[in-house]
Amino acid sequence: MDLSFIQRALLAGLFIGFLASFYGVFVVQRQLSFLGSGLAHAAFGGVALGLLLGIEPLWIAIPFTILVAIGIISVQEKTGLTGDTAIGIFFSVSMALGVIFLSLKKGFAADAFTYLFGSILAVGIGDLWITGIFAIITIFMWRFWGKWSYATFEKDLAITDRIPVKRENYLLNVLIAIAVVVSIKVVGIVLIAAFLVIPAATARLLSKTFSIMTLYSIFIGILSTFIGLWLSYFLDLPSGPVIILIQASLFFGSILFKNQSI
Amino acid sequence: MEICVAVDYLSVKFDEFLALDNISFKIPEGAFLAILGPNGSGKSVLIQTLIGLITPTIGKIKIFGENPSSLSPELVGYVPQIKTLDRTFPAKSIELVLTGIYYKWPWHIRKKERQKALQALEEVGASHLAERSISKLSGGELQRVYLARCIMRNPRLIVLDEPATGIDITLAADLHHILENIQAKNRTTIIMATHDLATASHHASHVLLLNRRLICFGKPEEALKEDCLHQTFGHAGHRH
Repeated sequence: MDLSFIQRALLAGLFIGFLASFYGVFVVQRQLSFLGSGLAHAAFGGVALGLLLGIEPLWIAIPFTILVAIGIISVQEKTGLTGDTAIGIFFSVSMALGVIFLSLKKGFAADAFTYLFGSILAVGIGDLWITGIFAIITIFMWRFWGKWSYATFEKDLAITDRIPVKRENYLLNVLIAIAVVVSIKVVGIVLIAAFLVIPAATARLLSKTFSIMTLYSIFIGILSTFIGLWLSYFLDLPSGPVIILIQASLFFGSILFKNQSI
Repeated sequence: MEICVAVDYLSVKFDEFLALDNISFKIPEGAFLAILGPNGSGKSVLIQTLIGLITPTIGKIKIFGENPSSLSPELVGYVPQIKTLDRTFPAKSIELVLTGIYYKWPWHIRKKERQKALQALEEVGASHLAERSISKLSGGELQRVYLARCIMRNPRLIVLDEPATGIDITLAADLHHILENIQAKNRTTIIMATHDLATASHHASHVLLLNRRLICFGKPEEALKEDCLHQTFGHAGHRH
Protein backbone atom coordinates (compact mmCIF):
# COMPACT_ATOMS: atom_id res chain seq x y z
CA MET A 1 0.00 0.00 0.00
CA ASP A 2 1.58 3.28 -1.07
CA LEU A 3 0.11 6.04 1.05
CA SER A 4 1.64 9.41 1.75
CA PHE A 5 2.41 10.26 5.36
CA ILE A 6 -0.63 12.56 5.59
CA GLN A 7 -2.94 9.86 4.24
CA ARG A 8 -1.53 7.41 6.78
CA ALA A 9 -1.97 9.98 9.55
CA LEU A 10 -5.58 10.73 8.58
CA LEU A 11 -6.48 7.05 8.35
CA ALA A 12 -4.83 6.42 11.71
CA GLY A 13 -6.72 9.47 13.00
CA LEU A 14 -10.01 7.96 11.87
CA PHE A 15 -9.23 4.70 13.65
CA ILE A 16 -7.95 6.15 16.91
CA GLY A 17 -10.63 8.87 16.99
CA PHE A 18 -13.15 6.04 16.91
CA LEU A 19 -11.31 3.77 19.37
CA ALA A 20 -10.44 6.28 22.07
CA SER A 21 -13.90 7.86 21.98
CA PHE A 22 -15.73 4.51 22.11
CA TYR A 23 -13.78 3.34 25.16
CA GLY A 24 -13.68 6.88 26.51
CA VAL A 25 -17.38 6.85 27.42
CA PHE A 26 -16.69 4.03 29.89
CA VAL A 27 -13.57 5.78 31.19
CA VAL A 28 -15.58 8.94 31.89
CA GLN A 29 -18.72 7.32 33.27
CA ARG A 30 -16.79 4.92 35.52
CA GLN A 31 -14.61 7.83 36.71
CA LEU A 32 -11.47 6.12 35.44
CA SER A 33 -9.77 9.22 34.02
CA PHE A 34 -6.73 8.49 36.17
CA LEU A 35 -6.59 5.04 34.58
CA GLY A 36 -5.94 6.73 31.24
CA SER A 37 -2.95 8.56 32.76
CA GLY A 38 -1.73 5.38 34.42
CA LEU A 39 -1.90 3.40 31.21
CA ALA A 40 -0.25 6.22 29.25
CA HIS A 41 2.69 6.12 31.66
CA ALA A 42 2.76 2.34 31.43
CA ALA A 43 2.95 2.77 27.65
CA PHE A 44 5.87 5.16 28.22
CA GLY A 45 7.69 2.38 30.08
CA GLY A 46 6.95 -0.06 27.26
CA VAL A 47 7.97 2.36 24.51
CA ALA A 48 11.22 3.18 26.34
CA LEU A 49 12.02 -0.53 26.65
CA GLY A 50 11.36 -0.99 22.94
CA LEU A 51 13.63 1.94 22.07
CA LEU A 52 16.34 0.51 24.33
CA LEU A 53 16.10 -2.94 22.76
CA GLY A 54 15.91 -1.54 19.23
CA ILE A 55 12.53 -3.28 18.65
CA GLU A 56 9.48 -1.45 17.24
CA PRO A 57 8.30 0.19 20.49
CA LEU A 58 4.57 -0.51 20.03
CA TRP A 59 5.22 -4.27 19.93
CA ILE A 60 6.71 -3.97 23.44
CA ALA A 61 4.32 -1.30 24.69
CA ILE A 62 1.16 -3.31 23.93
CA PRO A 63 1.92 -6.35 26.14
CA PHE A 64 3.64 -4.12 28.73
CA THR A 65 0.55 -1.90 29.06
CA ILE A 66 -1.83 -4.87 29.05
CA LEU A 67 0.12 -6.39 31.96
CA VAL A 68 -0.13 -3.11 33.86
CA ALA A 69 -3.90 -2.90 33.17
CA ILE A 70 -4.36 -6.43 34.54
CA GLY A 71 -2.01 -5.68 37.43
CA ILE A 72 -4.03 -2.62 38.48
CA ILE A 73 -7.26 -4.61 38.79
CA SER A 74 -5.54 -7.56 40.49
CA VAL A 75 -3.90 -5.34 43.10
CA GLN A 76 -7.23 -3.62 43.78
CA GLU A 77 -9.02 -6.93 44.24
CA LYS A 78 -6.38 -8.57 46.38
CA THR A 79 -5.55 -5.61 48.62
CA GLY A 80 -8.81 -3.67 48.77
CA LEU A 81 -6.88 -0.49 47.90
CA THR A 82 -8.79 2.08 45.87
CA GLY A 83 -8.38 2.31 42.12
CA ASP A 84 -6.44 5.56 42.17
CA THR A 85 -3.92 4.16 44.66
CA ALA A 86 -3.32 1.03 42.59
CA ILE A 87 -3.05 3.14 39.42
CA GLY A 88 -0.70 5.60 41.13
CA ILE A 89 1.68 2.79 42.09
CA PHE A 90 1.85 1.29 38.61
CA PHE A 91 2.02 4.78 37.07
CA SER A 92 5.10 5.60 39.16
CA VAL A 93 6.84 2.28 38.57
CA SER A 94 6.26 2.46 34.80
CA MET A 95 7.46 6.06 34.68
CA ALA A 96 10.57 5.23 36.68
CA LEU A 97 11.35 2.24 34.45
CA GLY A 98 10.79 4.34 31.33
CA VAL A 99 13.22 7.02 32.49
CA ILE A 100 15.84 4.40 33.35
CA PHE A 101 15.44 2.62 29.99
CA LEU A 102 15.76 5.92 28.11
CA SER A 103 18.81 6.96 30.12
CA LEU A 104 20.47 3.66 29.15
CA LYS A 105 19.85 4.28 25.47
CA LYS A 106 22.07 6.60 23.53
CA GLY A 107 20.68 9.05 20.98
CA PHE A 108 16.96 8.72 21.81
CA ALA A 109 15.84 12.35 22.00
CA ALA A 110 13.94 12.70 18.72
CA ASP A 111 12.20 9.33 19.08
CA ALA A 112 11.17 10.08 22.65
CA PHE A 113 9.74 13.50 21.69
CA THR A 114 7.60 11.90 18.99
CA TYR A 115 6.20 9.35 21.42
CA LEU A 116 5.64 11.95 24.12
CA PHE A 117 3.75 14.46 21.98
CA GLY A 118 2.73 12.65 18.78
CA SER A 119 3.63 13.40 15.20
CA ILE A 120 1.81 13.05 11.91
CA LEU A 121 5.11 11.91 10.41
CA ALA A 122 5.39 9.01 12.84
CA VAL A 123 2.60 6.77 11.55
CA GLY A 124 4.06 3.92 9.52
CA ILE A 125 2.22 1.26 7.50
CA GLY A 126 2.75 -1.23 10.32
CA ASP A 127 1.09 1.17 12.81
CA LEU A 128 -1.83 1.60 10.41
CA TRP A 129 -2.34 -2.15 10.21
CA ILE A 130 -2.28 -2.58 14.01
CA THR A 131 -4.68 0.33 14.52
CA GLY A 132 -7.00 -0.80 11.73
CA ILE A 133 -7.17 -4.37 13.01
CA PHE A 134 -7.87 -3.14 16.53
CA ALA A 135 -10.61 -0.85 15.19
CA ILE A 136 -12.24 -3.89 13.52
CA ILE A 137 -11.91 -5.86 16.77
CA THR A 138 -13.58 -2.96 18.58
CA ILE A 139 -16.50 -3.02 16.14
CA PHE A 140 -16.96 -6.69 17.12
CA MET A 141 -16.64 -5.66 20.77
CA TRP A 142 -19.66 -3.40 20.29
CA ARG A 143 -21.78 -6.46 21.17
CA PHE A 144 -20.50 -6.03 24.73
CA TRP A 145 -21.59 -2.38 24.90
CA GLY A 146 -24.94 -3.31 26.53
CA LYS A 147 -23.32 -5.39 29.29
CA TRP A 148 -20.54 -2.87 29.92
CA SER A 149 -23.05 -0.03 30.07
CA TYR A 150 -25.31 -1.96 32.45
CA ALA A 151 -22.37 -2.69 34.79
CA THR A 152 -21.32 0.97 34.54
CA PHE A 153 -24.78 2.13 35.56
CA GLU A 154 -25.31 -0.25 38.50
CA LYS A 155 -22.78 -3.02 39.09
CA ASP A 156 -24.90 -5.00 41.57
CA LEU A 157 -27.92 -5.12 39.25
CA ALA A 158 -25.65 -6.37 36.48
CA ILE A 159 -24.20 -9.09 38.73
CA THR A 160 -27.68 -10.25 39.81
CA ASP A 161 -28.54 -10.50 36.10
CA ARG A 162 -25.55 -12.87 35.73
CA ILE A 163 -23.29 -10.52 33.82
CA PRO A 164 -19.70 -11.63 34.62
CA VAL A 165 -18.77 -8.11 35.72
CA LYS A 166 -15.30 -9.01 37.02
CA ARG A 167 -14.29 -10.74 33.78
CA GLU A 168 -15.78 -7.90 31.71
CA ASN A 169 -13.81 -5.33 33.76
CA TYR A 170 -10.56 -7.14 32.95
CA LEU A 171 -11.50 -7.28 29.27
CA LEU A 172 -12.47 -3.59 29.14
CA ASN A 173 -9.27 -2.52 30.91
CA VAL A 174 -7.16 -4.55 28.47
CA LEU A 175 -8.96 -3.01 25.49
CA ILE A 176 -8.50 0.50 26.92
CA ALA A 177 -4.81 -0.31 27.37
CA ILE A 178 -4.50 -1.30 23.70
CA ALA A 179 -6.43 1.82 22.61
CA VAL A 180 -3.99 3.97 24.60
CA VAL A 181 -0.95 2.33 23.03
CA VAL A 182 -2.15 2.45 19.41
CA SER A 183 -3.04 6.15 19.84
CA ILE A 184 0.40 7.17 21.09
CA LYS A 185 2.04 7.93 17.76
CA VAL A 186 -0.63 10.45 16.79
CA VAL A 187 -1.61 11.91 20.18
CA GLY A 188 1.47 11.26 22.31
CA ILE A 189 1.89 9.76 25.76
CA VAL A 190 1.55 13.07 27.60
CA LEU A 191 -1.93 13.84 26.27
CA ILE A 192 -3.50 10.45 25.52
CA ALA A 193 -5.41 10.47 28.83
CA ALA A 194 -7.07 13.74 27.79
CA PHE A 195 -7.82 12.21 24.38
CA LEU A 196 -9.72 9.40 26.10
CA VAL A 197 -11.70 11.77 28.30
CA ILE A 198 -12.54 14.99 26.47
CA PRO A 199 -14.72 13.69 23.58
CA ALA A 200 -16.73 11.53 26.01
CA ALA A 201 -17.06 14.37 28.53
CA THR A 202 -18.23 16.70 25.74
CA ALA A 203 -20.71 14.09 24.54
CA ARG A 204 -21.99 13.70 28.10
CA LEU A 205 -22.98 17.37 28.15
CA LEU A 206 -25.03 16.94 25.01
CA SER A 207 -26.67 13.55 25.62
CA LYS A 208 -29.74 12.28 27.39
CA THR A 209 -28.92 8.60 26.89
CA PHE A 210 -25.74 6.54 27.01
CA SER A 211 -26.16 5.27 23.44
CA ILE A 212 -26.36 8.85 22.12
CA MET A 213 -23.38 9.78 24.32
CA THR A 214 -21.38 6.95 22.70
CA LEU A 215 -22.27 8.07 19.17
CA TYR A 216 -21.55 11.75 19.88
CA SER A 217 -18.25 10.83 21.55
CA ILE A 218 -17.12 8.89 18.47
CA PHE A 219 -18.19 11.72 16.15
CA ILE A 220 -16.36 14.33 18.25
CA GLY A 221 -13.30 12.10 18.57
CA ILE A 222 -12.98 11.53 14.82
CA LEU A 223 -13.81 15.14 13.85
CA SER A 224 -11.37 16.69 16.33
CA THR A 225 -8.60 14.28 15.28
CA PHE A 226 -9.06 15.12 11.59
CA ILE A 227 -9.12 18.88 12.19
CA GLY A 228 -6.17 18.64 14.59
CA LEU A 229 -4.07 16.61 12.15
CA TRP A 230 -4.71 19.06 9.28
CA LEU A 231 -3.91 22.05 11.47
CA SER A 232 -0.75 20.45 12.88
CA TYR A 233 0.38 19.76 9.28
CA PHE A 234 -0.20 23.33 8.11
CA LEU A 235 1.17 24.94 11.27
CA ASP A 236 4.04 22.47 11.62
CA LEU A 237 3.17 21.71 15.25
CA PRO A 238 3.06 18.41 17.22
CA SER A 239 -0.27 16.75 16.43
CA GLY A 240 -1.22 15.69 19.99
CA PRO A 241 -1.49 19.16 21.56
CA VAL A 242 -3.34 20.57 18.55
CA ILE A 243 -5.94 17.77 18.66
CA ILE A 244 -6.42 18.24 22.40
CA LEU A 245 -6.91 22.02 21.98
CA ILE A 246 -9.58 21.36 19.31
CA GLN A 247 -11.30 18.92 21.67
CA ALA A 248 -11.09 21.35 24.58
CA SER A 249 -12.65 24.08 22.41
CA LEU A 250 -15.53 21.75 21.59
CA PHE A 251 -15.91 20.89 25.27
CA PHE A 252 -16.07 24.52 26.44
CA GLY A 253 -18.28 25.40 23.49
CA SER A 254 -20.69 22.65 24.58
CA ILE A 255 -20.82 24.08 28.10
CA LEU A 256 -21.77 27.48 26.64
CA PHE A 257 -24.34 25.88 24.34
CA LYS A 258 -25.83 23.91 27.24
CA ASN A 259 -26.00 26.99 29.48
CA GLN A 260 -27.67 29.06 26.79
CA SER A 261 -30.29 26.45 26.06
CA ILE A 262 -31.36 26.23 29.75
CA MET B 1 -46.57 -25.29 50.30
CA GLU B 2 -43.31 -24.87 48.38
CA ILE B 3 -40.42 -23.37 50.27
CA CYS B 4 -39.14 -20.28 48.48
CA VAL B 5 -36.12 -19.41 50.62
CA ALA B 6 -34.22 -21.79 52.90
CA VAL B 7 -31.29 -20.40 54.91
CA ASP B 8 -29.23 -22.85 56.98
CA TYR B 9 -26.56 -21.82 59.52
CA LEU B 10 -25.58 -18.78 57.50
CA SER B 11 -22.60 -16.75 58.67
CA VAL B 12 -20.87 -13.99 56.72
CA LYS B 13 -17.48 -12.68 57.72
CA PHE B 14 -15.50 -9.80 56.18
CA ASP B 15 -11.86 -10.25 57.33
CA GLU B 16 -12.30 -10.33 61.13
CA PHE B 17 -15.73 -8.71 61.19
CA LEU B 18 -18.69 -11.07 61.66
CA ALA B 19 -21.53 -9.41 59.79
CA LEU B 20 -24.01 -12.29 60.13
CA ASP B 21 -23.85 -15.04 62.73
CA ASN B 22 -25.52 -18.42 62.36
CA ILE B 23 -28.82 -17.43 60.74
CA SER B 24 -31.40 -20.10 59.83
CA PHE B 25 -34.94 -19.64 58.57
CA LYS B 26 -37.35 -20.77 55.85
CA ILE B 27 -40.15 -18.91 54.12
CA PRO B 28 -42.86 -20.36 51.88
CA GLU B 29 -43.72 -19.15 48.42
CA GLY B 30 -46.09 -16.18 48.47
CA ALA B 31 -44.84 -14.91 51.83
CA PHE B 32 -43.90 -11.31 52.63
CA LEU B 33 -40.83 -11.32 54.85
CA ALA B 34 -39.83 -8.09 56.58
CA ILE B 35 -36.24 -8.05 57.83
CA LEU B 36 -36.05 -5.57 60.65
CA GLY B 37 -33.05 -4.30 62.54
CA PRO B 38 -31.11 -1.20 63.54
CA ASN B 39 -28.34 0.36 61.43
CA GLY B 40 -25.39 -2.00 61.12
CA SER B 41 -27.44 -5.08 62.01
CA GLY B 42 -26.63 -6.81 58.71
CA LYS B 43 -29.95 -6.34 56.87
CA SER B 44 -28.29 -5.32 53.61
CA VAL B 45 -25.65 -8.02 54.00
CA LEU B 46 -28.40 -10.61 54.39
CA ILE B 47 -30.29 -9.22 51.37
CA GLN B 48 -27.14 -9.23 49.23
CA THR B 49 -26.24 -12.76 50.32
CA LEU B 50 -29.75 -13.99 49.44
CA ILE B 51 -29.40 -12.69 45.86
CA GLY B 52 -25.87 -13.95 45.35
CA LEU B 53 -23.91 -10.69 45.61
CA ILE B 54 -22.09 -11.94 48.71
CA THR B 55 -20.85 -15.50 49.18
CA PRO B 56 -21.63 -17.08 52.56
CA THR B 57 -18.60 -17.80 54.75
CA ILE B 58 -20.42 -20.70 56.42
CA GLY B 59 -23.81 -22.21 55.72
CA LYS B 60 -26.02 -22.33 52.68
CA ILE B 61 -28.92 -20.63 51.01
CA LYS B 62 -31.41 -22.17 48.61
CA ILE B 63 -33.86 -20.11 46.58
CA PHE B 64 -36.45 -22.37 44.93
CA GLY B 65 -34.00 -25.19 45.65
CA GLU B 66 -31.05 -23.54 43.83
CA ASN B 67 -27.96 -21.67 44.95
CA PRO B 68 -28.54 -17.92 44.55
CA SER B 69 -25.59 -17.54 42.17
CA SER B 70 -26.91 -20.22 39.80
CA LEU B 71 -30.55 -19.18 39.94
CA SER B 72 -32.02 -17.97 36.65
CA PRO B 73 -32.16 -14.14 36.85
CA GLU B 74 -35.70 -14.01 35.46
CA LEU B 75 -36.96 -15.56 38.72
CA VAL B 76 -35.73 -12.68 40.90
CA GLY B 77 -36.42 -8.95 40.86
CA TYR B 78 -34.05 -6.81 42.92
CA VAL B 79 -34.68 -3.27 44.11
CA PRO B 80 -31.39 -1.91 45.50
CA GLN B 81 -31.00 1.00 47.87
CA ILE B 82 -31.50 4.14 45.84
CA LYS B 83 -28.50 5.84 47.42
CA THR B 84 -26.17 3.52 45.43
CA LEU B 85 -27.45 4.74 42.06
CA ASP B 86 -25.15 6.72 39.75
CA ARG B 87 -27.34 9.69 38.94
CA THR B 88 -24.77 11.12 36.52
CA PHE B 89 -25.38 8.24 34.12
CA PRO B 90 -27.33 9.61 31.13
CA ALA B 91 -30.45 7.47 31.05
CA LYS B 92 -34.18 7.69 30.70
CA SER B 93 -36.46 5.80 33.09
CA ILE B 94 -37.78 3.58 30.32
CA GLU B 95 -34.25 2.31 29.64
CA LEU B 96 -33.84 1.21 33.25
CA VAL B 97 -37.22 -0.53 33.10
CA LEU B 98 -36.18 -2.39 29.95
CA THR B 99 -33.08 -3.86 31.60
CA GLY B 100 -35.70 -6.02 33.34
CA ILE B 101 -36.12 -8.05 30.15
CA TYR B 102 -32.99 -7.21 28.15
CA TYR B 103 -30.54 -8.13 30.97
CA LYS B 104 -28.24 -5.46 29.55
CA TRP B 105 -28.46 -1.76 28.76
CA PRO B 106 -30.65 -1.06 25.70
CA TRP B 107 -28.94 0.48 22.67
CA HIS B 108 -32.20 0.83 20.82
CA ILE B 109 -35.75 0.25 22.09
CA ARG B 110 -38.09 -1.82 19.91
CA LYS B 111 -41.73 -0.69 19.67
CA LYS B 112 -43.17 -3.89 21.20
CA GLU B 113 -40.85 -3.68 24.20
CA ARG B 114 -41.52 0.04 24.63
CA GLN B 115 -45.22 -0.79 24.96
CA LYS B 116 -44.46 -3.47 27.57
CA ALA B 117 -42.32 -1.03 29.56
CA LEU B 118 -45.01 1.64 29.43
CA GLN B 119 -47.53 -0.90 30.69
CA ALA B 120 -45.27 -1.83 33.60
CA LEU B 121 -44.79 1.85 34.45
CA GLU B 122 -48.57 2.32 34.28
CA GLU B 123 -49.02 -0.45 36.85
CA VAL B 124 -46.84 1.43 39.32
CA GLY B 125 -48.37 4.81 38.55
CA ALA B 126 -45.28 6.09 36.76
CA SER B 127 -46.07 6.08 33.02
CA HIS B 128 -45.51 9.86 32.97
CA LEU B 129 -41.88 9.22 33.99
CA ALA B 130 -40.96 7.06 30.97
CA GLU B 131 -38.97 9.72 29.09
CA ARG B 132 -37.69 11.54 32.16
CA SER B 133 -33.99 11.42 32.95
CA ILE B 134 -33.24 9.27 36.01
CA SER B 135 -31.15 12.12 37.42
CA LYS B 136 -34.37 14.13 37.71
CA LEU B 137 -36.37 11.47 39.58
CA SER B 138 -37.15 11.79 43.26
CA GLY B 139 -36.44 8.85 45.56
CA GLY B 140 -40.04 7.68 45.44
CA GLU B 141 -40.23 7.99 41.65
CA LEU B 142 -37.03 5.97 41.31
CA GLN B 143 -38.49 3.24 43.51
CA ARG B 144 -41.51 3.05 41.20
CA VAL B 145 -39.24 2.74 38.16
CA TYR B 146 -37.28 -0.08 39.83
CA LEU B 147 -40.56 -1.83 40.66
CA ALA B 148 -41.71 -1.45 37.06
CA ARG B 149 -38.42 -3.08 36.06
CA CYS B 150 -39.25 -6.00 38.38
CA ILE B 151 -42.77 -6.30 36.98
CA MET B 152 -41.35 -6.60 33.44
CA ARG B 153 -39.89 -10.00 34.16
CA ASN B 154 -42.75 -11.22 36.34
CA PRO B 155 -40.40 -12.72 38.94
CA ARG B 156 -41.32 -15.32 41.56
CA LEU B 157 -39.29 -13.42 44.16
CA ILE B 158 -38.82 -9.68 44.70
CA VAL B 159 -36.08 -8.51 47.06
CA LEU B 160 -36.06 -4.90 48.25
CA ASP B 161 -33.30 -3.21 50.25
CA GLU B 162 -34.79 -0.48 52.44
CA PRO B 163 -37.14 0.87 49.76
CA ALA B 164 -38.86 3.34 52.06
CA THR B 165 -35.66 5.12 53.11
CA GLY B 166 -35.63 8.68 51.83
CA ILE B 167 -39.20 8.70 50.53
CA ASP B 168 -42.23 10.26 52.17
CA ILE B 169 -45.02 8.39 53.96
CA THR B 170 -47.53 8.75 51.11
CA LEU B 171 -45.18 7.19 48.61
CA ALA B 172 -44.21 4.48 51.09
CA ALA B 173 -47.90 3.59 51.42
CA ASP B 174 -48.20 3.52 47.63
CA LEU B 175 -45.22 1.18 47.51
CA HIS B 176 -46.99 -1.33 49.76
CA HIS B 177 -50.14 -1.04 47.69
CA ILE B 178 -48.15 -1.83 44.52
CA LEU B 179 -46.42 -4.79 46.18
CA GLU B 180 -49.75 -6.15 47.43
CA ASN B 181 -51.16 -5.96 43.89
CA ILE B 182 -48.15 -7.83 42.53
CA GLN B 183 -48.48 -10.50 45.21
CA ALA B 184 -52.21 -10.89 44.66
CA LYS B 185 -51.73 -11.29 40.91
CA ASN B 186 -48.73 -13.64 40.81
CA ARG B 187 -48.24 -15.09 44.30
CA THR B 188 -44.83 -13.41 44.29
CA THR B 189 -42.69 -13.86 47.39
CA ILE B 190 -41.42 -10.58 48.79
CA ILE B 191 -38.42 -9.99 51.02
CA MET B 192 -37.89 -6.47 52.28
CA ALA B 193 -35.19 -5.03 54.52
CA THR B 194 -36.71 -2.18 56.46
CA HIS B 195 -36.43 0.04 59.52
CA ASP B 196 -40.17 0.48 59.61
CA LEU B 197 -42.07 -1.37 62.34
CA ALA B 198 -45.41 -0.46 60.75
CA THR B 199 -44.48 -2.26 57.52
CA ALA B 200 -43.55 -5.36 59.48
CA SER B 201 -46.67 -5.42 61.62
CA HIS B 202 -49.29 -4.42 58.99
CA HIS B 203 -47.98 -5.84 55.70
CA ALA B 204 -45.63 -8.73 56.40
CA SER B 205 -46.63 -12.37 56.80
CA HIS B 206 -43.27 -13.14 58.40
CA VAL B 207 -40.87 -10.94 60.37
CA LEU B 208 -37.19 -11.53 61.01
CA LEU B 209 -35.54 -9.43 63.71
CA LEU B 210 -31.84 -9.15 63.08
CA ASN B 211 -28.87 -7.76 64.92
CA ARG B 212 -26.10 -9.67 63.21
CA ARG B 213 -27.72 -12.78 64.61
CA LEU B 214 -31.31 -13.88 64.34
CA ILE B 215 -33.18 -12.50 67.36
CA CYS B 216 -36.71 -13.58 66.48
CA PHE B 217 -38.44 -15.05 63.43
CA GLY B 218 -42.08 -15.80 62.81
CA LYS B 219 -45.45 -14.22 62.24
CA PRO B 220 -45.59 -10.51 63.20
CA GLU B 221 -47.56 -11.14 66.38
CA GLU B 222 -44.86 -13.60 67.56
CA ALA B 223 -41.71 -11.81 66.33
CA LEU B 224 -42.65 -8.28 67.35
CA LYS B 225 -43.01 -9.00 71.08
CA GLU B 226 -41.42 -6.56 73.48
CA ASP B 227 -38.50 -8.72 74.54
CA CYS B 228 -37.57 -9.46 70.88
CA LEU B 229 -37.69 -5.75 70.03
CA HIS B 230 -35.65 -4.96 73.12
CA GLN B 231 -32.96 -7.46 72.17
CA THR B 232 -32.86 -6.14 68.59
CA PHE B 233 -33.02 -2.40 69.12
CA GLY B 234 -31.96 -2.00 72.72
CA HIS B 235 -35.40 -0.66 73.62
CA ALA B 236 -38.92 -1.60 72.62
CA GLY B 237 -39.96 1.93 71.73
CA HIS B 238 -41.72 4.44 73.90
CA ARG B 239 -45.04 6.17 73.98
CA HIS B 240 -45.48 9.90 73.55
